[in-house]
Amino acid sequence: MLLDSNYVKFRDKVRDFALQVIAPQASEIDETGEFRRQTIKEMGEFGLLGIPFPKKHGGAGLDNLSYAIAVEEVSRVCGSTGVTMAAHTSLGCQPIYAHGTEIQRKRYLPSLLRGEKLGSFGLTEPNAGSDAAATETTARSIGDGWVINGTKRFITSGGIADTLVITASQDRSKGVHGISAFIIEKGTIGFTAAKEEQKLGLRGSVTSELLFEDCRIPEQNLLGKQYEGFKIFMETLDGGRISIAAMALGIAQGALDSSLIYAQNRMQFGKPIRKFQLVQRLIADMHTEIAAARHLTYHAAILKDRGENVTKEAAMAKLYASEMCMRAASHAVQIHGSRGLTREYPVERFFRDAKLTEIGEGTSQIMRIVIAREVLGR
Amino acid sequence: MVQDMVRKFATNELEPKAQEADVSQQCPEENIKKMAELGLLGMTIPTDYEGTQMDSTSVCIVIEEISKACASTASILIAHTALASYPICKYGDKEQRARYLPGMARGDVLGAFALNETEAGSDIQSIQSVAILQGEDYILQGKKSFIMNGENADLYIVFARENSDLSCFIVERSAGVLVEKIRYLMGMRASGVSEITMSNCRVPRTNRIQSEGREIARDTLDFAKLLIGAQAVGIAQISLDNALRYSKERHQFGRPICRFQLVQEMLAEMATKISAARGLVYHAASQRNSSHDFSVEAAMAKWFASETASFAAKTAVQIYGGYGYTMDFPVQRYMRDAKVTEIYGETSEIQKIAITERLLQ
Repeated sequence: MLLDSNYVKFRDKVRDFALQVIAPQASEIDETGEFRRQTIKEMGEFGLLGIPFPKKHGGAGLDNLSYAIAVEEVSRVCGSTGVTMAAHTSLGCQPIYAHGTEIQRKRYLPSLLRGEKLGSFGLTEPNAGSDAAATETTARSIGDGWVINGTKRFITSGGIADTLVITASQDRSKGVHGISAFIIEKGTIGFTAAKEEQKLGLRGSVTSELLFEDCRIPEQNLLGKQYEGFKIFMETLDGGRISIAAMALGIAQGALDSSLIYAQNRMQFGKPIRKFQLVQRLIADMHTEIAAARHLTYHAAILKDRGENVTKEAAMAKLYASEMCMRAASHAVQIHGSRGLTREYPVERFFRDAKLTEIGEGTSQIMRIVIAREVLGR
Repeated sequence: MVQDMVRKFATNELEPKAQEADVSQQCPEENIKKMAELGLLGMTIPTDYEGTQMDSTSVCIVIEEISKACASTASILIAHTALASYPICKYGDKEQRARYLPGMARGDVLGAFALNETEAGSDIQSIQSVAILQGEDYILQGKKSFIMNGENADLYIVFARENSDLSCFIVERSAGVLVEKIRYLMGMRASGVSEITMSNCRVPRTNRIQSEGREIARDTLDFAKLLIGAQAVGIAQISLDNALRYSKERHQFGRPICRFQLVQEMLAEMATKISAARGLVYHAASQRNSSHDFSVEAAMAKWFASETASFAAKTAVQIYGGYGYTMDFPVQRYMRDAKVTEIYGETSEIQKIAITERLLQ
């Protein structure tokens, strides 16, 4: 048994919630692309939006393993809700918790961790994807604050978030060492969410372009120290990658769940298709690879809970789980045949959702480079 | 020559409308009209019947080029030429050929192939549609599912049980034929995939094709598999073309991303697999050209090319990164379309079984 009984109890509780509250709307929000604030509110009330944070800040007082388990269970029925939850927790809240001053923590965390407000993280730009050092957004110091100018792209929940952590360069000649992190509140003059991306999958989540035009923010919105933005986002992404691994795990498990039922019920050549070895092969591969990915993901989460550096473990978990997820989703569509291409079953949605896990928060190629660097040294 | 002509047509006429066709799940009427004008709708029909009959290699080239621009349109073309026109040419009697083929060659009459049923996907033994002879007419009852081009078709090649045998009928779209388009499909969204319900559908006795239904289905599907292989090669090739161009334009870490070994690996694997897939497809086509049995070759080509298409399209999305995941670029469509080629015209699993069954004979 991989998990002790406390975790199993927690997992079962989240599973019930996911089945009752999130699953019934998963297909519909994918179809309409509609974001439902109400779901976030209910998740917050249930304690799902501040899992690995202390109770004194409004969190659930649990650990990163519990958080990974919860992201997995939510994503198992709805990848869109899974990614919204993961981005909020790992990317929106975590850097404020880890690097915020007591005043910043008090100001932002309670409402975020209870799900009354939604968090987001703005790192990626049109010309700075894998290469975050190419950040073109600038922060100019003006006496009592900062003026931000630039464009962010592919920001999960960017347009609907109440509190955003963004990166901007104070000195572009310094590359990554010129970048600082700032907290931006929704409604700040000069900050607008421009277009919402129309995406292949995760269509029930919001992905936005953010525009900063002479956006003035007060001095106290600097997060961490000046020029520490790079360190902050690298550390933030380490945690985020564990949550994307958990999300991939959930999507793959959801794809397997549907495949097991279908293979049992679908009759061809006079027997259920689960009796055919080529179908058994797909099921066996999915099941084994999911188990392997689960070990990697939980391992990374446990190390993080021990306070260890998880750069390599998080990258390994994300790399393996996301590529496994894409294979599992493709196998699931294959098992469902033509029906797998319709909305009658969730597997075509999982197939579209799966692909993002190989791209977001560092592509598989970047994961390989990170792992190699950790193994080989710089 | 055919390739240049079709490539120009596909690039100029089909490609610009492909995204909208995907979103609206509707193939533009002009696509079909223009393919008719170019003689592509008659490419499997002899000149005696106003067709422009081409050899299998040329047909594959046409399908590959059309698929690069709009895979949904290629599916319609495959349904019309290989799945509907071909069995009438090969197995129809003189009257049937004279009655239907000229219209099909001109594109006045579009065809589709109605074999698959809800309970009979890979397993055609389980077909439940029935045909009962009543005087000079057959009465057909039953429901066909996932019929490619079902929406646009004017006639259907329908397979139904007659006593204990499987018979094949040419069924005109009429009062007894209800066509319901499948509301949502992940890929090949503009190919008009539909469910066809026949209730007391009256078909003249003369519309029964005389050969054994199972044999017609097998031979016709072999041809279709070959063309789906060509279609998959087209999707894979356009995925590579796009990925290659983007990898040269996109700069990260101070250089174009095509200069990174991990990107080079992806491009090299795509190019090599595409080349192998194309080899299998055109080898199967030449077998068919020389009237050799090509079922195994077609099965190998379809399986390998469709997996290559999925691989290449997924890899192209990967190379585009976040941009590839948006509807602003076509690579996500290639990925959805590619998955369909692993399923329709019989799944990869069925191809593998067919290949081995032949090896064991």
